[in-house]
Amino acid sequence: MPEFQPVLLANIDKPDSHTRKVYEASGGYSALKQILKEKTPTEVIDLVKASGLRGRGGAGFPCGLKWSFLPKNHPGPIYMCVNADESEPATFNNRILMEQDPHQVIEGSIISCYATQASTAYIYLRIEYPTCYRRLEAAIAECYAAGYLGKNILGSGFSLDIYVHRGAAAYICGEETGLIESLEGKRAWPRIKPPFPAVEGVFRKPTVVNNIETMACVTHIAARGAEWFKSIGVPADPNNPRDAGSYGPKLYCISGHVNKPGCYEAPLGITCRQLIDEFGGGVWKGRKAKAAVPGGISMGLLTEAELDTPLDFSSLGKVGCLGLGTAAVTVIDETTSMIDFLHNTCRFFAHESCGQCTPCREGTHWSLSMMERIKAGKGRLKDLDLLLEIGDTIGIIPGTTICGLSDGAAWPIKNAIRKFRQEFEDYIKETNPTGYTVTEAVPALVPLTVH
Amino acid sequence: MSSQRILTDEMIAEIKAFFPRYPTRQAVTLPALHIVNERLRHVPLQAVVEIAELLELAPAEVQDTLSFYGYFKQDKPHGETRAWVCRSIACALRGGEEVMRHMCDRAGIHQGETTANGKLTIEAAECLGGCDFAPCMLAGETLHKDLTNEKADEFLKKAGV
Ligand SMILES: Cc1cc2nc3c(=O)[nH]c(=O)nc-3n(C[C@H](O)[C@H](O)[C@H](O)COP(=O)(O)O)c2cc1C
Ligand code: SF4
Ligand code: FES
Repeated sequence: MPEFQPVLLANIDKPDSHTRKVYEASGGYSALKQILKEKTPTEVIDLVKASGLRGRGGAGFPCGLKWSFLPKNHPGPIYMCVNADESEPATFNNRILMEQDPHQVIEGSIISCYATQASTAYIYLRIEYPTCYRRLEAAIAECYAAGYLGKNILGSGFSLDIYVHRGAAAYICGEETGLIESLEGKRAWPRIKPPFPAVEGVFRKPTVVNNIETMACVTHIAARGAEWFKSIGVPADPNNPRDAGSYGPKLYCISGHVNKPGCYEAPLGITCRQLIDEFGGGVWKGRKAKAAVPGGISMGLLTEAELDTPLDFSSLGKVGCLGLGTAAVTVIDETTSMIDFLHNTCRFFAHESCGQCTPCREGTHWSLSMMERIKAGKGRLKDLDLLLEIGDTIGIIPGTTICGLSDGAAWPIKNAIRKFRQEFEDYIKETNPTGYTVTEAVPALVPLTVH
Repeated sequence: MSSQRILTDEMIAEIKAFFPRYPTRQAVTLPALHIVNERLRHVPLQAVVEIAELLELAPAEVQDTLSFYGYFKQDKPHGETRAWVCRSIACALRGGEEVMRHMCDRAGIHQGETTANGKLTIEAAECLGGCDFAPCMLAGETLHKDLTNEKADEFLKKAGV
């Protein structure tokens, strides 16, 4: 493979990289100008389809294909929601794009709106990103001033408004239909699908939801072509007709017990170990890794022995993880207790479950209660089986819930207990020597609140 | 219901400026809540009633949305500074919970409480998206990076605790 050159992060270290002037100095907005002049919306959809771009928000759905689900010749309006809710623990690549290079994201958004004929785009931004908010607002104002937004953009006849809409600190607003409900001013309760947003989304109109990094990729596909994008990453497996490949550059976040936490760009398919050693500077304090979260905590856990797994769309499933997710790796060193790890993830999902589906609302809270009990030295071996029962029964995959939050809650439970069972059993026996074999029901623990 | 209006003319104008952005008034709910919350550091029920009137909604609709998010306080304002200390995985692995404990001890409050002088509220946050600077804390618009007990002490002093 030729030497990889970062594109998504190419400009972030330049002084004033967030301004239009600096962005344009390195060719910014020339792709937009060319697209508006030379390509029809359908041709742009075909270009993105040909690139093999898969969404960067977590699910990895092919981007061009999603756009093509919009009804044909719809009278409008069609809406675009750019998902900047970025709340998956350990994930911060969207923040870096919005803070350091917002125009890259906006250019991709304008091109994507042109392709889908969306006339209004809302960037749904988590409230915890105040700097992103200022930078996006300033960048959007610069675009109106330059004629890149507003009526009849650059004389093309295409018109578009972009607004930033801020959330209110709830993870579920990142789920695309939770986002839509929240944008409409309601509680962020995900919708049952179908209808999919492409058919009936925000304000009951056809809607596209795409992640911030996906938008940045569109900019570069427009500028450099589908072939360039496809030349990076991992090609589709010819023996698996369902594998759509893992093409293009990817922003990997690395955090936890490494020497150099940060956001790094690499071709899709780098292994977790390469990411830790070559970008993260290795495990901190001269220690060894015990495990790593592969793509945000929803995706589960890799053991040390599984660290050579490629971080692409198809490999993580082979080692029992949920998927690539947000490609946010968190390294856990050998001194860390898996009980603490699992307690932390269970607390997160119990706090963030929207409460709409009983298996998710009850399952996430019960798993937290049990982890609290185990942590407090009152655990029983039976709790591990109860936890696994919850893990195996909540989520879209077993088919019991409306959205994927509960699959994300289930995966760390399933992976941590199945891959580290001995440690859990040892801890329980050690801390509860007189009660670890008890199997009768125990009194309910302190009730927890749903928000 | 009190007859005293809570929303100032300025807030109302700011809320109305959001109307053209959306095809429905209800979509202005979150922007309106943020506008009030930024000024009053909470959104009392009376403000909910007034927002509902502006948005042509039942107060219960606005209240329903507000109460879904843990973000808006209703009973009394949060402190002049609202500090969100991250408790999610990347921060927890690098000492976030210890810093949180230290800060609460120093400030003499529990998580979620406001100091008696009204200067500071300390709350636990889920991942703030600042994991490259773990452990971290968001206070107002500032992300406090790579927190230590010493940095936390300095922050508390500046916040007037
Ligand atoms: C619980 C949950 C939370 C999610 N949070 C986010 C998020 O913060 N940002 C994001 O882009 N996608 C998030 N997603 C995925 C979105 O539902 C959706 O697939 C994505 O925004 C589509 O964009 P893409 O195709 O460009 O990836 C989340 C999904 C679930 C189930
Ligand atoms: S799965 Fe959980 S978060 Fe998703 S809709 Fe159901 S209750 Fe809400
Ligand atoms: S885990 Fe604390 S900022 Fe992400």
